[in-house]
Order: sequence, then structure tokens, then C-alpha cells
Amino acid sequence: MTVRRGIFLSGVVVLCAWTLVPIWLLAIGAVSGRAGVSAWPKSLFPSSAGLDVLAAFLRIDEVWRATLTSVEVALMCMAICLALGAPAGYALARYSFRGATTYRLLILLTRAFPVGILALPLTVGFIRLGLYDTALGVALMHAALALPFAVLVSASLFQAIPRELEEAAWVFGCSRLRAFTRVVLPIALPGMAATAIFAFVISWNEVFAASVLTVRHRTLAAYLLAVLSESPLHVQFAGGFVLIVPAILFIFLVRRHLFSMWGIANR
Amino acid sequence: MADIKIDAVRKRFGAATALDRVELTVADGEFLALLGPSGCGKTTLLRIIAGLETQDEGRIVIGGRDVSRLPPRHRGLAMVFQNYAVFPHMSVRDNVAFGLRMNGADAARITRQVDRTAELLHIGPYLDRFPAQLSGGQRQRVAVARALAVEPAVLLMDEPLSNLDALLRLEMRAELKSVLREAGTTTVYVTHDQTEAMGLADRIAVLHAGRIEQLATPAEIYARPATRFVGGFVGSPPMNFLALEAIGGQVRLGELTLPCPVSGPVLLGLRGEDVAEGPGFDLTVAVSEPMGSHSLVTGTVAGQRLRVVLPAARLPLPGETLALCPIQGRIRWMRADSGHAIEGS
Repeated sequence: MTVRRGIFLSGVVVLCAWTLVPIWLLAIGAVSGRAGVSAWPKSLFPSSAGLDVLAAFLRIDEVWRATLTSVEVALMCMAICLALGAPAGYALARYSFRGATTYRLLILLTRAFPVGILALPLTVGFIRLGLYDTALGVALMHAALALPFAVLVSASLFQAIPRELEEAAWVFGCSRLRAFTRVVLPIALPGMAATAIFAFVISWNEVFAASVLTVRHRTLAAYLLAVLSESPLHVQFAGGFVLIVPAILFIFLVRRHLFSMWGIANR
Repeated sequence: MADIKIDAVRKRFGAATALDRVELTVADGEFLALLGPSGCGKTTLLRIIAGLETQDEGRIVIGGRDVSRLPPRHRGLAMVFQNYAVFPHMSVRDNVAFGLRMNGADAARITRQVDRTAELLHIGPYLDRFPAQLSGGQRQRVAVARALAVEPAVLLMDEPLSNLDALLRLEMRAELKSVLREAGTTTVYVTHDQTEAMGLADRIAVLHAGRIEQLATPAEIYARPATRFVGGFVGSPPMNFLALEAIGGQVRLGELTLPCPVSGPVLLGLRGEDVAEGPGFDLTVAVSEPMGSHSLVTGTVAGQRLRVVLPAARLPLPGETLALCPIQGRIRWMRADSGHAIEGS
């Protein structure tokens, strides 16, 4: 029993270290300044020089403009994922139609398509459509990446809602649409929120498509990639840190919903 | 208030026939139970009446109005679901008010109806709670209150008590009966539990393999089952059937000579409690079970199994031989081949 417990605990420790150590290294690197970044052993506390780098970094106008673009793109990506993902997920959950299983598989297969191969035709297409170098263009691309998750996650959310609840709504005076908005959606809302945040984070972190499809209207990730490759190491750390902070905050905000969606937390 | 006419309704699921031209009329204000084993089509029939399932053929007429093609919300009915289907994101009050609100009732009527039904079902103290904070029995009451609040023309109930534990089920059954009697709503009640059907219903329709085997009052169903299936399904213990041979309008059983309306192979249907101890035929006892109020004795007669009910004081030992005699006029003869009752018996 104690041996199993020991294995379990060491597994937990390894998993925590797996995620936490890189974040910690990034955070330390971001705040330790030009000298501190390559020093060893790492200091546990930020030096004043390091905080200056971070502050200087945040004073660059372009950083804020890129952040704004990132938020704009991520919000649009989120909206598209909800607007398309929820109905598609509902259809998968409630209706048995020919090829439902194939459809499910195809949704996943879109993720198997390497974006690298798509980059050139996509750029050409976007230029023709006038979507190149716009937030909407990047948002569409990100939505295509995040949509499979949105569809499959919302399908499982809807599947978890007993059909009888909807039937009761129909019997007691609801049309199908009204039953969806009055009964299904409110119950699925926490999970839908998690799905939305997930789409947001996917968009926020996506760098390849954003780099290819924009020139001046860079998202933060694309901007940092372009700028930081020519910057000294400690600035790179600062930029990386700035990039992951919002994602971490989001995850913390929605973790309760994520957990309940995945059936980990007790209700 | 409305009557229900089910006109030659047929439903298939793939190759399986769920309902085979079912004809049924429920009178205004009547409480009808659809009774049958699982898979007999009773729930499908109820869902077709509700409009949650579409029949392949036939019509549903409620209160003289053909509702066959109407969505559930336009059929003027309410339903209580097996797993309650109480909306988890709404308070009890909003649950009970839901139907009225969806139908655009004014605030005064909603308040009045919610208060009235809450009182009727004793859920007044819980009106501001959420379903997750209620026990199964309380949730069941909320589901019934939600259905009654809309004052439906027709109330449909799909095994509403089957998720409750035995004691609570007994309590709710009696309560349901008094509440529904007061409401006077036409009710169709689906159950696989024959004691529920017997206790609650004005009439029972026994379904088997998509057909109505018998439609009659509980007493009639119990005493005079129309088929072997009905006799074997209703009653605890179920009716006994002895395969015998009728010769010249007479059947010999032990020392008895019983008059039978037909000749040839027949089934003698006899309820376990419709025997008395006395000279007649011999039962070789295999098992005796003391049930408290009575004893259940299983044994064999002429190589066939027979289960009889004896007074609690009587507990014969295995191997003992009992002399038994059927009570006059309680024998139900059936054809051995078709399993249909022979009328005039």
C-alpha cells in the first residue's frame, strides 16, 4: 500500500515539475537581468536590473499594439468557435445521421493537416480575399485550428445533458430552439465557457499561422517571435514570460469548470 | 379535460415492431395504466401520445382534435418522466412555473397555480431550493407539481415511481392517487409494476409485444385474465396454469371431475389463493415460504408445478402431501395452443 502510495506521489511530483520547472526558469530568466540570466545557481528572487528589463519591455508601444491585436484575434476566434462549434456539437450529440462517425473522425483529421503546407496557398488566398494582414484573417485561421476541440468538447457536454430535460421542455411549451436556449444552453454554460477559453488560449499561443498571415498587424506571439530572435537572452525571457502570463491566468480562472467538465471535481 | 383516442397506431424500429395497430380509448377523467414487461411498447405508446415519438401509421386524437402531426407543445398535455427531468438550473418555484411561463400565463395565475400545486404536493418549504438540494422523493413531487400546475387536459406519467425506494414508492403511490383524484385529469400511466397499476388505475391495458392483450378494470384483469400472458404477468404469485386434456366437456384432476366448455388440450388457470384445503387433488409440497400475512407453498400436481397461498399458520413440510380443492367458479379455462381464455368459463 505504502509502495503504491510512494509511486503515486513521485508521479505527482514528476508531473508537477514537468510543467512548473520551465515556467519557473522562464520567470527567473525574465526578471534576473542581463547578468543574472546566464548565472548559476539561479537566484530565487528578482534583481532590480531584471525588473527594469521587464518594465522597459512593457513600455514598447508595439508590444501593446500586438497585445491588442492578439486579444482581438483571440476573441474573434472564440466567437467563431462558439457560433459554429456549439451547433455542430449539438448535432453530433443528439441526432444520429448517416456518417456521424466519419464526421467525428474528419473533424479530428483537420488537425492532422500540417499548417506549414497550407501556408503558401492560404497566404495567396487571403491576399485575393483581402483578408491578408487583418485580425479577421488570423482569427479565421485560428478558429479552424480550435474548432475541432470546440465541436468535440461541446458534443460531449450536450451528451451529458439528459435528453429527458429537453423533452420535458418541449412538452411544457418550448419549441426546439427555445428548449435549447432555455434549458440546454444554461446547463452547458460552464462547460461552454471552458471551451471558449480554450479557443482563446489556442489562438493566443498560435505563432506560425499568425506570423505567415500578417506583416504589420502582428499578434503578440508573432511579434515576439520576430523581434526576440534578434534580442539578447534576458529580453527573450522577459518576452516569453509576458506571453505565458495571460494564458496561465485564464487557465486558473476556468480550472474549476475544466475540472467539472472532465469529471474530476465533485459537484 | 379531454378523452384520448388512439387509432390503429403502428410503430416499427428497424425490423422490430414496437406497436402493432394499437386501438385504445381513454375516457375523460379516467386513469388508465399501460402495464407490461420492458420492451412491450408501453413507453413508446406514451411517447407517441406525447409527440416525442412519431407513429408510422394511425392517429392520436385528444379531446376530439387530431394531434398526430402536432409538436408536443401544441397537444395540451403534461408529462412526468421516469428520471423526473426536473431542470437542475432552476429553483423549484421556477420549475413548477415553467409550463405556465412558456405558455404565456400572467403573473397572478402563475403565483396562484404554483402555490396551489406546491401545497397539494407538500413542497411549499422547498420552493426556493434547487433540485440538487432535494431528495429523490422531493424531486418526484416537484415533477408532478410541474405537470399539474399547467392544468393539463391530459397527464402522461412514465414509470414515475420506479426510481424511488420501496417504502417511499408505497407512500407516493397513495398520495399520487389522492392528488390525481382531486385533479380529475385524464391520466395515462406507464408501469411495469402490476401492484402500481392495480392500486392506481381505473382501467389497465396490459401490453405484450406491441399489442394490447387485455383492457379492463383491475379486478377483471386479476380475476378473469383474457390470455395466459395476462394471468402470468398480473398477480403475485402469478396465476397457475395446468396443461390438461378435456374429454367430452370434462377434465379430470385428481379425484375431481371439472366441467369444461371445450374438448381437447386446455389450460386450467387458477390463482394461488383460489384453493381451499379439502378433498380434491393432491399437491406434493416442494417448498414452503412463510410470507408473514400468508404462506406461499410450491409443489407439483400430476408432474406440473403449482403455487398456492395458504393461511400464515399453515406451513407444510417439503414432501408432505396436501389435499386441495379449487374454490367454486374461480377456474379460468384457456386454449392450450393460443393461450386465449375460453369465454363462458
